Amino acid sequence: MKVGIVRFPGSNCEDDAWHAVVDHLGEEAVILWHKDHDLQGSDVVILPGGFSYGDYLRSGAIARFSPIMNEVEAHAQRGGIVVGICNGFQIACEAGLLPGALLRNDRGYRSMPVTIRVEHTDTAFSAAAHAGQCLTMPIAHGDGRFTADDATLDRLEGEGQVIFRYVDAAGHPTDAANPNGTMRNIAGVCNAARNVIGLMPHPERAMEPLHGSTDGLVLFQSLLATARA
Amino acid sequence: MTATPRLGDPVITPALVAEHGLTPDEYQRLERMLERTPTFTELGIISALWSEHCSYKHSRPVLKTLPTQAPWVLQGPGENAGVISIGDGMAVAFKIESHNHPSAVEPYQGAATGVGGILRDVFTMGARPIAMLNSLRFGSLDTPRVRYLVGGVVKGIGDYGNCMGVPTVAGDVMFDAAYEGNPLVNAMCVGVMREDELIRAKAEGVGNLIMAVGARTGRDGIHGASFASEDLSHESDAKRPRVQVGDPFTEKLLLEATLELIASGHCVAIQDMGAAGLTSSSAEMAERGEVGVEIDTLKVPVREAGMTPYEILLSESQERMLVVAHKGRDAEVRAILQKWDLTAAVIGEVIAEPVYRVKEGDHVVAEFPGTRLVTDCPFYYPEAAESPAIVALRERDVHAVAERAEESDPAWTLARLLSAPTIASKRWISQQYDSTVRANTVFGPGGADAAVVRVRGTKKALAMKTDCNGRYVYLDPRVGGRIAVAEAARNVACTGARPLAVTNCLNFGNPKRPEIFFQFKEAVGGMGDACRALDTPVTGGNVSLYNESPIGAVYPTPTIGMVGLIEDATKAVGSAYQSEGDSIVLLGTPTNELGASEYLSWIHGVVAGAPPACDLAGERAVIDTLCELADTRLLRSAHDCSEGGLAVALAESAIGNREQPRGIAVDLATWGSLPLRALLFGEAQGRVVVSTANAEAVLAVAKTHGVPARVIGQVTAASAGFTITGGARALHADVSTLSMSFHDALPAAMRRAPADAITTDPAAGVTA
Repeated sequence: MKVGIVRFPGSNCEDDAWHAVVDHLGEEAVILWHKDHDLQGSDVVILPGGFSYGDYLRSGAIARFSPIMNEVEAHAQRGGIVVGICNGFQIACEAGLLPGALLRNDRGYRSMPVTIRVEHTDTAFSAAAHAGQCLTMPIAHGDGRFTADDATLDRLEGEGQVIFRYVDAAGHPTDAANPNGTMRNIAGVCNAARNVIGLMPHPERAMEPLHGSTDGLVLFQSLLATARA
Repeated sequence: MTATPRLGDPVITPALVAEHGLTPDEYQRLERMLERTPTFTELGIISALWSEHCSYKHSRPVLKTLPTQAPWVLQGPGENAGVISIGDGMAVAFKIESHNHPSAVEPYQGAATGVGGILRDVFTMGARPIAMLNSLRFGSLDTPRVRYLVGGVVKGIGDYGNCMGVPTVAGDVMFDAAYEGNPLVNAMCVGVMREDELIRAKAEGVGNLIMAVGARTGRDGIHGASFASEDLSHESDAKRPRVQVGDPFTEKLLLEATLELIASGHCVAIQDMGAAGLTSSSAEMAERGEVGVEIDTLKVPVREAGMTPYEILLSESQERMLVVAHKGRDAEVRAILQKWDLTAAVIGEVIAEPVYRVKEGDHVVAEFPGTRLVTDCPFYYPEAAESPAIVALRERDVHAVAERAEESDPAWTLARLLSAPTIASKRWISQQYDSTVRANTVFGPGGADAAVVRVRGTKKALAMKTDCNGRYVYLDPRVGGRIAVAEAARNVACTGARPLAVTNCLNFGNPKRPEIFFQFKEAVGGMGDACRALDTPVTGGNVSLYNESPIGAVYPTPTIGMVGLIEDATKAVGSAYQSEGDSIVLLGTPTNELGASEYLSWIHGVVAGAPPACDLAGERAVIDTLCELADTRLLRSAHDCSEGGLAVALAESAIGNREQPRGIAVDLATWGSLPLRALLFGEAQGRVVVSTANAEAVLAVAKTHGVPARVIGQVTAASAGFTITGGARALHADVSTLSMSFHDALPAAMRRAPADAITTDPAAGVTA
């Protein structure tokens, strides 16, 4: 499996994603320059975290116009796997690859460990987990409040597109477990075709005992499980 | 050639000279140097270079007394940052710097650009920044203005560091009325590189090209360096335009472009354009290389038309670098910068003639003989005399301070101390900082006595911490200076790391006042004593004087930034108890000391008494003990006794991890004859609370190092409560009560409006 990780100006989690794939999964990864027009044969594209273009306008709003996004969108349309993490999730929403929008947290920037529950395992970024599994990993963002109208939210729920939800230690999606005011405790979603997945937490920062959690590993292993299936 | 005034330059008058902060003597020195009247441009250059901020004219002779050498020091003071070797060809660049005055008048941008500046200092050495720390001092949170400053400073630090993708992992924050009018904002950056990537800011090679790189030059921050070199006053708010505006996105591009540029080999030297911008960066590079330079201000990329040489030279626009490129390689340099959408322009060259020359096209607007423009400034040896008022405070018998009625229950006192903003959990602050980006953070904010960050590609980790108890330094600068170093080293050692070297940020008042200069001299002397005893040389730092407002000077605050090394990152030790049934061991000995304590200040409003004694040989032995204990994996936790003393240290290890609290059953009967409040809340130095599954082995290791050690109790379930017996009265507390006091104090204090930063900058609200 070859994973292409896009480096936008202002990306800052691309190296972490690269290490997750190469060091912890043992797979091939390549950093893709945002001005290029070539995914270099990547099976999976990761849009990493960071502050693309400084996010001075609206998070992800400018990055979606980067030249490489044409290729990323074409890849997604062909059914190729795209994973957006944090700023990458925001970019994917801005590009229309994912439903909804990520608005300013209702309580300011938050950097902290959270617990998320895996709601569905039929995506390339959750296949190796089991439904209802609770995973601990960090968040670090100011614009992570997933927002959509009620009809869209109902449709997402109905179609099983809500993939990750913030929960408390007991696994319940309580208000107290919601770190940013996101609707229905949504932490991550997929598109209707289930090949584009976005989430705000950082699984690439929960890959080894030194991180204090290895729960991110199962999400990356999902990529491998899907590629081999 | 000689410099001549530009059309429209103001005439040089004594009033204009005074406005530029030069004394009549300094002005005469300038005239002698030039053998003529300076031009307006020259006056501007010298006012910046000879400002306290750039010249260290009051501090340099004292700073020279600090130890700077060790086999592992690759670069000591005098460069953009200090550099030490950590073995296997790897090196660490690190530095701390103040941004006090800008933050006092414009907290968001002041703090943000402080972070930006220290990041540039580190990556211009060729190192990739891997961690940020902040040492902050504010007045009382009861004051709305202070809450505004706290909110703005924290948001400024967070927005800049978060965008850069450099984790903010540690620091120290204290609150005291002494900082009411003049907060301290000290930012520290730590970077990692291969030793062979080290590059210095030394101009060399006649004919080599001087290039301005990064952001364009605008009219912001002109005279920032001079602003930092005077007392704050009621008029300071009017100087808000002197505060620069930060753009972390451009800085992120500059970081990547700079590291790529250094790796390319196209340049010989790089320096950040920080304080006094183009002027100081070019003059300092020339001085280090002992070469002449010639610059043409018409070639500097500017943001707006019509900028004068004076403005271009003194602008402190952010996110700019000065690069000396190999002759003929400017196209290659430009290509690298263009890849990152940044500008690079040749603005001058290194010349054989030993002069510092600035032209505007063909017109020479400034020309100084010699290459030692910066150190040609006068140096001062001000009078130093201790204030009799402080002597009286120190000699006051603080044991005579009457107890409050509530103190009949020591659990009340403990809970109250845990809610003191200086002691309480700083999570309200640290959760605004991304502390885990780069995926190397082993212990971030609050997890251990120092932050621990893995060096990727190796088994090693770095431990780092800032520290300084200004109240100690105020009451006894020599002892306080020693403790600042010793405590930072102890914190680093608590994680299992060997302390290696120090960067320092010396925040003091107006050095022209004898009692202030006494504090400075003595505190630096104390720091030197400790650095020598602990084998942690000083590799650089920054001096910030004139930290005075109409209400007086700040506490003398020589902030220490300490870096240490753990050979095996998996051996790093946190500060929270891990397992019920573990033994709690106290290293070091409680004493009768109560002076200068947080207890006296917070419970009684008394700032008096002598700070605790600092036995440097004892500190060294405790550090050696901690390193050996961690290396042999004997420790479950380690936490030093500092503000609030033994009882607070015992409690912090129990409740520091809010999600997994523990109880304790501790007996202090061994020292039962000490006054209870000295035993529980006195701040005797050289003490560490450790927990272990193998107490016997811990005691044996301590013994080999001659460190007093004793088992004082056990870790219990939180439901069993928090109990300390053996003193004059027993202390029984509910763990959840203590936890609430500790964790809710800062959020509650900041909820009182206005908690949020008030800022007009569009970038201020940007987060992702």
